[in-house]
Amino acid sequence: MSSVTYDHVVKRYTSDVTVVKDLNVDIKDKEFMVLVGPSGCGKSTALRMLAGLESITEGQIRIGERVVNDVAAKDRDIAMVFQSYALYPHMSVFDNMAFPLQMKHMPKAEIQKRVGNASHILGLDNFLDRKPRALSGGQRQRVALGRAIVRNPQVFLLDEPLSNLDAKLRGQTRIELQKLHHDLETTFIYVTHDQVEAMTMGDRIAIMNAGILQQVGTPDDIYDHPANLFVAGFIGSPTMNFVPVTMDDGHAKASGFSVKLPKHVGSRKGVLGFRPEAVTDRPSEAATLDMKIDVVERLGSDQFLYGQVGSDTVTARVDPRLKVEPEDHVKLGLDVRSLHVFDSESEKALL
Amino acid sequence: MDVGLLLSDVVTLVVVIVAVPAVLAGYIIFGEYLVRLFPDRIRGGVRPWIWVGPALLFVAGYLVFPTIATVIQSFENAAGNWVGLHNYAVQLGNFPNGGAWIAIRNNVLWLVLYTLLVLFFGLLLAVIFDRVPYESIVKSLIFMPMAISSVALGVIWKFMYTYQPPDTPQTGTMNAVVVNLFHLQPITWLSDPNVNNYALITAGIWGIVGFSMVILSAALKGIPTDLLEAARVDGAGEITIFRRIIFPLMMPTVVVVGTTLVIFALKAFDIVYVMTAGNFGTDVLANRMYKLLFQAGNPGGASAVAVVLLLAVVPVLIFNLRQFQAVESRR
Amino acid sequence: MQVSAEAAAPTNAKADRITPVSILERFQGVVLHVAVILLTVMWMIPALGLLISSFRPFTDIAHTGWWVALSPPFHFTLDNYAQVLKEQGLVHSLFNSFMISIPATIIPVTVAAFAAYAFSWMKFPGRNFLFLALVGLLAVPLQLSFIPVLSAYVKIGLTPNNWGFVGVWLAHTGYGLPFSVYLLANFFRALPSDLFESAEIDGAGTLTVFFRIVLPLSVPAIASLVIFQFLWIWNDLLVALIYVGGSESVAPVTVQLANLTNSLGQGYNLLTAAAFLSMIIPLIVFVSLQRYFVRGILAGSVKG
Repeated sequence: MSSVTYDHVVKRYTSDVTVVKDLNVDIKDKEFMVLVGPSGCGKSTALRMLAGLESITEGQIRIGERVVNDVAAKDRDIAMVFQSYALYPHMSVFDNMAFPLQMKHMPKAEIQKRVGNASHILGLDNFLDRKPRALSGGQRQRVALGRAIVRNPQVFLLDEPLSNLDAKLRGQTRIELQKLHHDLETTFIYVTHDQVEAMTMGDRIAIMNAGILQQVGTPDDIYDHPANLFVAGFIGSPTMNFVPVTMDDGHAKASGFSVKLPKHVGSRKGVLGFRPEAVTDRPSEAATLDMKIDVVERLGSDQFLYGQVGSDTVTARVDPRLKVEPEDHVKLGLDVRSLHVFDSESEKALL
Repeated sequence: MDVGLLLSDVVTLVVVIVAVPAVLAGYIIFGEYLVRLFPDRIRGGVRPWIWVGPALLFVAGYLVFPTIATVIQSFENAAGNWVGLHNYAVQLGNFPNGGAWIAIRNNVLWLVLYTLLVLFFGLLLAVIFDRVPYESIVKSLIFMPMAISSVALGVIWKFMYTYQPPDTPQTGTMNAVVVNLFHLQPITWLSDPNVNNYALITAGIWGIVGFSMVILSAALKGIPTDLLEAARVDGAGEITIFRRIIFPLMMPTVVVVGTTLVIFALKAFDIVYVMTAGNFGTDVLANRMYKLLFQAGNPGGASAVAVVLLLAVVPVLIFNLRQFQAVESRR
Repeated sequence: MQVSAEAAAPTNAKADRITPVSILERFQGVVLHVAVILLTVMWMIPALGLLISSFRPFTDIAHTGWWVALSPPFHFTLDNYAQVLKEQGLVHSLFNSFMISIPATIIPVTVAAFAAYAFSWMKFPGRNFLFLALVGLLAVPLQLSFIPVLSAYVKIGLTPNNWGFVGVWLAHTGYGLPFSVYLLANFFRALPSDLFESAEIDGAGTLTVFFRIVLPLSVPAIASLVIFQFLWIWNDLLVALIYVGGSESVAPVTVQLANLTNSLGQGYNLLTAAAFLSMIIPLIVFVSLQRYFVRGILAGSVKG
């Protein structure tokens, strides 16, 4: 069983510096879990605590049924791929991959087999004699993966493995990693600050901010039902629109428009959230948004309008065939099925 | 040349070359084995001491404790009895010409002239060599005197300063220039108290300018070229650029080199020993200490002189440490 | 850097028109080269004088300057070298120099490597203080160490008669450690930390990390240190004088040369040859490995 459990895990450096606050996550066996959040949110620290590179101040971390708080990193049966790959520069690719197995005093024949296997999966067969400096970034990353694979671990930990690659390579590698996960059938825990990676790769996503877990769920879940303002604003590009509103008789009133909410919401004041794609080309019966356009972005497959509705800035995703220019005025509508209302930054109350 | 002796020496040398690393490697391996005997939790606390232990012991035994012992000995006489400040009174009495004062005066001379001139020439050479394509060759040539011993340096410059009586052909380079180019009387460079200190300092400078030049050159090259180009575009002339951009940016390195040179100046021994043995008013503290110990059999006096040397170095030491700490805290 | 190129370009561009500006720049370029070459030549003169003198017979040296030897009639001879090698014990002293320098380099470098590794990658109480103290000791004049150590040596019988060069090896180790630890620690600390973390996860113990990762990656720094230490000890006079003494059987080449300087007085044709022989080894080491030597000096010196 290679599930991973964070049980009330806390990481504190000094009395006023707490990097991870009461983290509780259950990662299922064979799952691809992504820990995502802005820099400094504690995701890397959480990963490193699991790896055994950081001590655990409070709480328990379990791999399977085993509590690993006091177990040395090498005995946890995990493998880690570092952001900078951490390849041994003076060793050949083969030696880099063989190293962890040599540490386990594995017989040479077995080492040969495992390294050969891994290098075959990763397409490194022709590079086994080379040193890291003679490899491209993508190749180095594969060596780092190879070094993790040969260990046959229960859990794979990946710390921002794609951030050192250029955009095109990143896309390719994303796909390869997902295939790898599928083939290896092992738990993957993946840390990134890129919400696109999180959305595309994860079976489930755990979002963190300032050391606090914000939400855990499938990508769809998180996209359609963000638990709070932060999650709503973090996931999705372009960012969700946030418009301050006051609630009145089932309507949310913004500075430039008002919309009837499908459900009653408790508080009087809040923030209305809707994604750019929730804005429709034509005024709907639910609401009419009168936008003065500031910027138009044409992306071929999409068109985004940035402008003012009342005193609020709004982004709208519209049909690419719509002909508009900056300084124009357009009337847009809202799809009420995709509305979110947030209470003064703490919770969401709708949909 | 006794070949037999030579051979046995070679054997000893080879044995030592093999045995020493083997013993040390053995130590650290055995040490790790010892550490493993401890429970897991304590290992990380025990292990560092095995690794730093030998270094700390050596340093304590050869630097820390001896220094303390020397300071104590400066208060004792040759028989080992406490005499308070007697040794200091003897060494530092009779200002300005008695005791250690000539040596102190000369050390100050070295400190000031040696340091400033080496910095100046090092900087000058770094700057002008920077602008020629054959820079690395000339830098190597200037740097080469650093490879030879101060003794050899002393011999070289003893030759430079050779004196032949007037009206005989001069064999020393310096006097040849003085007599043939400037038409003056030859100078007894090493025995004339008016010039000999400067003669020695010049020899010292020749040996060390390469050191200062290499470091300052590296610092010079560390200045981003776009800064200089921006200044040129802004209309600054070369001298202004040097004065207001290059030199200020090199200041930290200049300070480091300067403090190192001060320490070298205070420690000057070899050159003086070889060229004048400290006579004719060229004595420096290090030489005086050596003579007091080995020629006069006066360990108390020698210790007192050594302590004076230490006191002279202390301000530099504190300064260096402050700099070092500042860099460390930024890590 | 770019000045000579800049000096050349405008004159090419304005080849058909001679302006005062281009002449000035040309002139400045020439002046620069002249200055550089002149300085370098003058710099070499002291050593050159000695070298040429070493090939001249005694009578010539006593009566004429070395520059005279550069014009005919040429009176070069190898006698000085032959005599110095046969009679003045220089060969044996060269040997002693090796006997002193090699172990006195190996020991501090090894001990410093162990300590530097601990200072760089292990946590222990007082680490920063001890490191600071160690580096601070760089400034302490060795004079403060001689008397107590020497009398301790005498007391326990660690003299050249009984133990050969062991005493001076250990002394050089103690004296060389502050710089060695400083240099190596600076280098070790710059190694990427994720290398160590990866090794930890891979299950490598301290010894494995040290011998299979840190040392192989530190070869340039260690090479610099070895060369620097070796040259320093080979060229040392004072420590050898103190711990080994001046007697011919044990004197290294520096001490022997110093003895000759004092004793030869008028026979300084031999002194020239002796001095040059003493310089050969360091010059060879220096010229062939200059890169490493310079790197050793630059360690931590360039600031800002």
